[in-house]
Amino acid sequence: MNIDSIINGIVIDHITAGKAMQIYNQLRLDALDCQIAIIKNASSNKNGTKDIIKIADEIDIDLGALAVICPTATVNIIHNGKVIEKRDLKLPERIENVMRCKNPRCITTTEQEIKHVFVLTDPETAEYRCIYCDTKASN
Amino acid sequence: MKNLIDILDLSTQEIDEMIEVANDIIDHPENYREACKYKTLATLFFEPSTRTRLSFEAAMLELGGRVLGFSEASSSSAAKGESVADTIAVCCGYSDIIAMRHPKEGAPLVASAKATVPIINAGDGGHNHPTQTLTDLLTIKREKGRFNDLTIGLCGDLKFGRTVHSLIAAMSRYSGIRFVLISPEELKVPSYVKNAYIKGRNIPYEQTIALENVIDKLDVLYMTRVQRERFFNEEDYLRLKDCYVLTPEKMAMAKKDLIVLHPLPRVNEISVAVDDDPRACYFRQARYGKFIRMALIMKLLEEANK
Repeated sequence: MNIDSIINGIVIDHITAGKAMQIYNQLRLDALDCQIAIIKNASSNKNGTKDIIKIADEIDIDLGALAVICPTATVNIIHNGKVIEKRDLKLPERIENVMRCKNPRCITTTEQEIKHVFVLTDPETAEYRCIYCDTKASN
Repeated sequence: MKNLIDILDLSTQEIDEMIEVANDIIDHPENYREACKYKTLATLFFEPSTRTRLSFEAAMLELGGRVLGFSEASSSSAAKGESVADTIAVCCGYSDIIAMRHPKEGAPLVASAKATVPIINAGDGGHNHPTQTLTDLLTIKREKGRFNDLTIGLCGDLKFGRTVHSLIAAMSRYSGIRFVLISPEELKVPSYVKNAYIKGRNIPYEQTIALENVIDKLDVLYMTRVQRERFFNEEDYLRLKDCYVLTPEKMAMAKKDLIVLHPLPRVNEISVAVDDDPRACYFRQARYGKFIRMALIMKLLEEANK
């Protein structure tokens, strides 16, 4: 299957197979009106399969949220058909409304319009904990 | 410090200062009878409590202040679905300081973001209970005379026992501490607590399921109740509730200067026959709770007035 290369835009590559839709939803890519290609289960020399998202517009994407959802992803900025920049993903110290706390005893399960906030507690294992109840985040 | 949400909001120096004030209150209560005159404490208890709520109220009354509040969620607007943030926004208009207990973990942190007066976490689910920890620290200081070089045994429900987690966090900041963690497999200290405060600070520790095998090593024994309200499954509660019972026979194996603490209420984990042992400190501990809360209320009101 062939998907045309984009002229100007962003390619999110090396997404763990199966995570493309989660990224699409959480980065709110559905709100864009440009062309977007979601390629699932593409061949990967390194991991066997991977997902790819191609966005035909040079938008700002939330690299912190992307790093949390899929730390292995890479981001290439395309201009006039060429890769002009590769952006590194770095785990943010604090994330808001990217994940929800799964602890049924956490105040976030009942309080109205509360932000779901996690802080990075162990950069080596990419461990985040809820600021309200200290429960470990599960993606 | 504007609020007390977590025991680690307090530096060891601030804890020392508060313990000094509490000791002075115990020695000279007459000097503090008007320390909070015309100030009002709101006790917002969305979950039942006897000791904590009464000790907060007794503390404020002995400082010459006034008290208002509720003692269960059903008698507040929470029963109508009001959010914590809205309840707090309203109550800030009626009080100078708020002590709050809530079954949901993190509720006092949500409250502190909205509040215009100091918030004291009086227990949030199985998460934190910093004023119990201040009480425990005052008890250890008065009964042992030090925070350093102690072997501290924690026994019973170390998983859901919020006072256990806070005490480990607080004591891990002192030198020469050694923890002995005594619990059934299902109620062990959560790994994040162990990693952050024990392993992460290179504190020696051991884990065991048998109290009688380690009681002779301990300087402090912190007993806890297996709490019915923390279990989703009644069957698990019934299976684990009688795991550890401290008896005179076990006390006979302990050091002569051991101190036994318990946040109370006790069900049957400490035999009533142990109560007369001079090493049983838990009723003195409950009494100390009022004095350290007096010191805390004064400190927070003082900070709020700066």
